[in-house]
This record gives sequence, structure tokens and C-alpha cells, in this order.
Amino acid sequence: MLCCRGLDVRRRDTLVLGGVDLDVRPGEVLGVLGPNGAGKSTLLAALCGELQPAAGDVTLDDRALAHWPGAERAQRLAVLPQQSTLNFAFRVEEVVGMGRLPHASGRARDAEIVEAALLAADAAHLAGRSYLALSGGERQRVHLARVLAQLWPGAQGQTLLLDEPTSMLDPLHQHTTLQAVREFALRGAAVLLILHDLNLAARYCDRLLLLGDGRPQVLGTPEEVLRAEPLKAVFGLDVLVQRHPERGHPLIIAR
Amino acid sequence: MSASVRSRRLLIFLGVLLVLAIWLSLALGPVSLPLLDTLRAALRMVGLPVTAAGLEQAELILGQIRLPRTLLGLAVGAVLALSGVAMQGLFRNPLADPGLVGVSSGAALGAAVAIVAGASLGGVPAAFEPYLLSFCAFVGGLGVTALVYRLGRHDGQTSVATMLLAGIALTALAGAAIGLFTYMADDSTLRSLTFWNMGSLNGASYARLWPLLIVALAVSLWLPRRARALNALLLGESEARHLGFEVERLKRELVFCTALGVGAAVAAAGLIGFIGLVVPHLVRLIAGPDHRILLPASALAGASLLLLADLVARLALAPAELPIGIVTAMIGAPFFLYLLLRGRA
Repeated sequence: MLCCRGLDVRRRDTLVLGGVDLDVRPGEVLGVLGPNGAGKSTLLAALCGELQPAAGDVTLDDRALAHWPGAERAQRLAVLPQQSTLNFAFRVEEVVGMGRLPHASGRARDAEIVEAALLAADAAHLAGRSYLALSGGERQRVHLARVLAQLWPGAQGQTLLLDEPTSMLDPLHQHTTLQAVREFALRGAAVLLILHDLNLAARYCDRLLLLGDGRPQVLGTPEEVLRAEPLKAVFGLDVLVQRHPERGHPLIIAR
Repeated sequence: MSASVRSRRLLIFLGVLLVLAIWLSLALGPVSLPLLDTLRAALRMVGLPVTAAGLEQAELILGQIRLPRTLLGLAVGAVLALSGVAMQGLFRNPLADPGLVGVSSGAALGAAVAIVAGASLGGVPAAFEPYLLSFCAFVGGLGVTALVYRLGRHDGQTSVATMLLAGIALTALAGAAIGLFTYMADDSTLRSLTFWNMGSLNGASYARLWPLLIVALAVSLWLPRRARALNALLLGESEARHLGFEVERLKRELVFCTALGVGAAVAAAGLIGFIGLVVPHLVRLIAGPDHRILLPASALAGASLLLLADLVARLALAPAELPIGIVTAMIGAPFFLYLLLRGRA
């Protein structure tokens, strides 16, 4: 399990994230919400070891993250950045296949996994095409397939960190993508994802962390977090909270 | 046709091309040898039982002139192309060139110091002269690259963007220093300086060859071991780290391999442009960007292209010789423009 305790992160002497205690639990989808500059991406960077915390520690299976050998860590922890800068004409399945680099599972097994991951990310029809010929949303799904392939099939003890995985997707694919992530969690993996859409968060997340001003404001179930008062306090946005008529989860409507 | 079949065919084609290029490079020149005699003499030299009848002249020319020159071309071409792949991987840009980290300009500065200072000191003993030049060029290349790398480091991280800018600044500085030396040089020094800057495989000797051969062998064995890491690096530095690779060490190795390889190549043959830029590009167009194919294919293609360019240099104005840097630039620059326009279309 990926955990952090008393996490502080500074950028050039400014405290950009302070006092975060978090467990990313097996089998759960944990959503991180907050306005721009609230420290969401900073939190994700600290959780995967990209940023060194000024105080506190991050552990993966009770072992400090920095003490994990690279390949072993990569077999347990996969990260999808907000955007990618790949500028070379790899074919789609080659990009997804890079997710298998930390493993030695053999070419045949890797090919199966790449196919399954592409299917899960609803990108199977892109196989064979050049990555550079894809649209932004298609690229995002290919990278999602890549990180899914890295942890495939997803089991207890594995953690997936996603930074705005739906930012460039059309409405249908926002749902298919998050559904795929949910199924990944159902098989036992822990998932932390940063989202901006409150209704998507309400529907697909088990727990939510609301960040404001670099501090955790509320941590709890969608019903506990997605209330008018905390949302007003953190986002400055007046909202009505209703029930989804069919599914029962909170439905957020701006006033 | 699947990608792996295509890659295998490309490697076989490039292997055959290289053998042909070596053969022609051994046979053709001011005194052209019959192709069959060349083959027989070459086979005899590697120890196969071939009758020596009528091969005396061929063996003499081959052993003394053509073979060292061919080996030099082979090593320089392979190393420049491999360094190009390494730099394009490091900067994650298909238009990067080994010169970006300052190694070429540093080597040129070292050579200028050796030529001008050597001449104004009344000359070093003739036996040392070629070594002094190579040595200074090699040290200059490594020194400037080390400085570029040092400037790019901050808080234990290497910023390739800063390295790029530092490389540009130091290249300009080295250019100014070379200009100063050129200004101070007398006519004959000026001539050797100019010719050195245009590159040549002329005057290859075994004594100057072996350091380069060792470096070329080391680089061609080392870089392919990093093919998977280089693939991951193209995704981005953080992505490569998340895939479990030690990115800082990889970057250090790439810079070191390039500095060593290009430093040794420039020291042995002067400045030869465009091989490092164009060859990896060409291979990528055919086989895609996967470094497991790109590295070996670029080494083979770079060696072939340089040998063929040297043939043009030798034969175009025979018995006079063109500097090979002119030939590679005349092929390379239009090709580069073609790539630019093609990318825009």
C-alpha cells in the first residue's frame, strides 16, 4: 500500500503542500479534487518520488519509496502524467508495450497484455497506427493503456496514479476510461486520480480528498465531501447538491 | 510485412551494403586494384589460404594505405551515427546533433591550439605532431562537453534544456577562440587549420587508429545495452523513471559515450558533419524509432555512408582529394532541408 505521513512539499521555500496524511487503499479509487494551484499535481509528484518532500515520508508497502530498486518499484507503482511529450513515430502498440519494460514476462505474454490494455482503454482500434498521427484524446487513452499494461491485470499491492486522465476526452470516453479504472481497482489495485469534474468524481470514486491552498480540507466518501459548504469554501463556487435520479450518488449543479 | 521482419531485412541489407562499401573502399583510389585481386588479398590478410601469386602490389597498397583508411572510415562513421542516436535520445528530439553538447567545437578548439601553438613554438618533434593534434582535439572535446554537462546540472538533476543552451554558448565561445587562433596563424598554419576543419580520412595510420577503434568498439557494445532505456526516455524523463530506469545515470552515460566517441572520431579525422544527424533519421524513416534496431542499423549505415562519401572524396577530383566534410555536408545539408520541408507538409 502507498502511504504518506505528515507530507510537506516546498518549491523554492514556499510551502506548496502541507500536512498530508493519506493511504491509497487496495481496491479503492481515491479522487483528488481542488482548484488550480491547490497542490494536486504536487501531491501526485511527491507520492511517486518525483519531488522530494521537505518533511514527512512516503512509503510503499512499509518501505520508503526512495529505497525501492527502480524496476521493482515500477512493477508496483505506475504513473500517468497530465501530458506527454513523445515526439517519435512509435506505433501505438509499441508505446503501450513500453509499460512492460520493467517486467520480464516474455514477448508472447507482453503482446497479450498490450492487447488487453488497449481494449480496456477503448483504444484497440488504434493498434498499428503511428502515435504521432493520433489526436490528443486518442494519445491520452494510449498512455492510459500503457500504465494499465505496466500493472496488468491489476492486483492487490499495486498502485496506479493518474493525473487528470480524462482532461482531453469526449464525454463518452470520460466514462469508459473511468469505468476501466474502476474495474482495475475491482481486481485489487489501488488507484489515485486527479479530477476536475465533480460529477465524474461522485460517480466513480470511493473516497475523495478535497485540497485547497496546499492543505487537505476534507477527506471522505463522495457524500461527505461533495456538500455545498466545503465546495463553496474551497472553489468559491455556489452549488446545489442533488441526488442522481438513477444511481443515487451526489449530483453537483452550479447555481 | 511485420515490423520485426522489416527490421531484420534492413539489418541484413545494411550488412551487405557495408561489406560492399568496405570492398570498394579497399579497391578504389588513385591506383585502382582489380576487385577480385582486392578480395583475394583481403582474404589472405585475414589468414585464409589464398595463393599469393601476383598480389604483391595489391597487398602492399592494401596493408599500408587502404586498410587503415577503411578502418578509420568505418569507425568514424559508426561512432558519429551512434552518437547522433544517443543525442537525439537524450534531447528527445529527432533533429539533435552530436555537436549540440559542444564536443565538436571543443575538439576543433583543441586542434586549433595544437596547430597554431605547435607552429609558433617552432614545431614539436615531427614524430609527435599527429599525436599532439589528436590528443588536443580529444581533450578539447571532452573538456567542453564536461563543462556543458556541469552547467546543466542543478540540485543533482541534469536539465537537458540548460545543457542545450550552454552547448550553444560554449560553441560560440569556442568559435571565437578558434577565430582568434586563425587570425594569428601564418599562411601554412592557416592552411592546415582549414583543411583539418573540413575533415579527411587521408593519412590514416595504424598508430593513430587504435585509440579510435577501441572507443568505437566500446561505444558500439555499450549503447545497445541501453536501447530499452533509450526507448523509455523518449516518453519523457519522469515517464522513464516511473518505468524503473535510472535516468540520471542514463543521461550521464549518453553524454559520456558521445563525448568519447565524437572526441575520438574528430581527433582522428577532423570535423565531419551531418553523419550523426542524417543517418539515424534515415534509419528511423525505414525501421521506426525503436532503439533496439535503430542503434545497430545506424552504426552499419553510418559506416557505409562515410566509406562511400570517402570514395567520392577520393575519386571526384583524382588524383587530388576533396575534404570528406565537404562531401558529407553536400549530401547531408540538402537532405536535412528535405526533412524539414517534409515535416512541415
